[in-house]
Amino acid sequence: MIVFEHVTKRYPGGYTALADVSFTLRHGELAVLCGHSGAGKSTLLKMIAAIERPTRGRVLINGQDVSRLKPSAVPYLRRSLGLVMQDNRLLHDRSVFDNVVLPLVITGHPPKEAARRAAAALERVGLAGRGNERPIGLSGGEQQRLAIARAIVNRPSILIADEPTAHLDNAYAVEISRLFKSFNAAGVTVLVTTHDAALFMTNRPRRIILDHGKLVVGDGA
Amino acid sequence: MSHWLYLHMRAMGQALQRLAAQPLGSMLSVLVIGIALALPACGYLLLDNIARLAHGVSGAPEISIFLAMDAKQAVIDEVMERLRDDEVVKTVRFVSRDNALQELERSGLDDVVRALPENPLPDAFVVTVKGDDPALFGELSARVKRWRGVEHVQLDSEWVDRLHALLELAKTAVLALACLLAFALVVITFNTIRLQILTQRHEIEVSRLLGATDPFIRRPFYWFACLQGVLGGVAALVAVWIVIGVLQSPTETLAAAYGAIFTLRGPNGMEALALVGFAAFLGWLGSALSVRRHLTERLR
Repeated sequence: MIVFEHVTKRYPGGYTALADVSFTLRHGELAVLCGHSGAGKSTLLKMIAAIERPTRGRVLINGQDVSRLKPSAVPYLRRSLGLVMQDNRLLHDRSVFDNVVLPLVITGHPPKEAARRAAAALERVGLAGRGNERPIGLSGGEQQRLAIARAIVNRPSILIADEPTAHLDNAYAVEISRLFKSFNAAGVTVLVTTHDAALFMTNRPRRIILDHGKLVVGDGA
Repeated sequence: MSHWLYLHMRAMGQALQRLAAQPLGSMLSVLVIGIALALPACGYLLLDNIARLAHGVSGAPEISIFLAMDAKQAVIDEVMERLRDDEVVKTVRFVSRDNALQELERSGLDDVVRALPENPLPDAFVVTVKGDDPALFGELSARVKRWRGVEHVQLDSEWVDRLHALLELAKTAVLALACLLAFALVVITFNTIRLQILTQRHEIEVSRLLGATDPFIRRPFYWFACLQGVLGGVAALVAVWIVIGVLQSPTETLAAAYGAIFTLRGPNGMEALALVGFAAFLGWLGSALSVRRHLTERLR
């Protein structure tokens, strides 16, 4: 469960990215976060992953107050999340398999178990048998799927993705949106920022719309 | 425990991969460390060998007490008694002027002795002292000089003392050199790790996003620096053995010219272990300081 309580984020210099934002995303929900560029979507996601801290208000993840989390506890919070960043953040000097297995190495899974789960995650996103390739050899859509495989390999309870369909043509975007919907159908809480909310509308997701840092639509928040 | 061990083994594997990824750069770094460590190590061993040689030559330091040429038997007995009663004195040996002359003849100067109109040598005592404190020699020497019938007191170990003083000075110089070079190695490692952190910035950031803890990120850097230090220590040992090997033959030839047998010794097992361990410690220290300075900023 994700709870934002009157969250404001003001950067040094006075720019306000989020202003008094409040909403609740319950366990197993699929939500689409929309808004124009600079509306505060990425800032909101960064707060969930404790990359940014609110200037005011509270962010609760599964009951844990992220805004007051000690720096040493942040890694353990991130292990419970699946993160797909806007630029994928893939390691291009490693193989596809090494990219996917990294979260399991970090959490200390035995090598055999990690290899099995990484292979399963690759299969889940349609990249089975591509483990030895380098990410640079994959298409844009495949790289996006690789980033998703890495995000789900630790079986997170919450999956957040920042513009996962940006820069993809329509066919790839539909394919990616289907993946997120299937994870949600399996019980994972999903929060996706997108410019194209229509991609996710078949599942009637929650819509959270930001405008200049303010929540204008929360769909029941 | 097994998880902790697994993480360390993995970090060590990563460090080895990084070393192997740039073989030339790694080899040059190891050579720099090896040469920097070999310099003080060679100095230390050279001084130790000289000290060993000096100890073998000097044996127990002695004091020679020469009496006046006209010293009577009563004076000789009095000096003998006072020396025997002195608590600092360990052994006393009386050398009469006739015995001294005979010893001079036996030393190959018989022609010179025969040419002398009379025996020019005085009666003398040769004394050894309890302990090896140079202050005891000085005190005894000053005391004996004031006794009746004593003409001259000679400290036979003076040159050894001077040599020991010189060796102490040289040891201090080697220690200072070792400290300077150790500092240089820490600085080199500090910079190496700084560059690694910069080149692996992206990987560090991604790992952080995926939930990597600070120790997880730092470990490979510590291992890299320690392994580089160990390899540098081994290179230093090889360099020391080469130097000892090169100097061995000329040293033996020189010793043989003085009728002595002397072999240079290389580092023993404990010394070799200490050198490699010290190199690893310096590597760890350099990386710890660098990680603390450069990584902490990126981790938050």
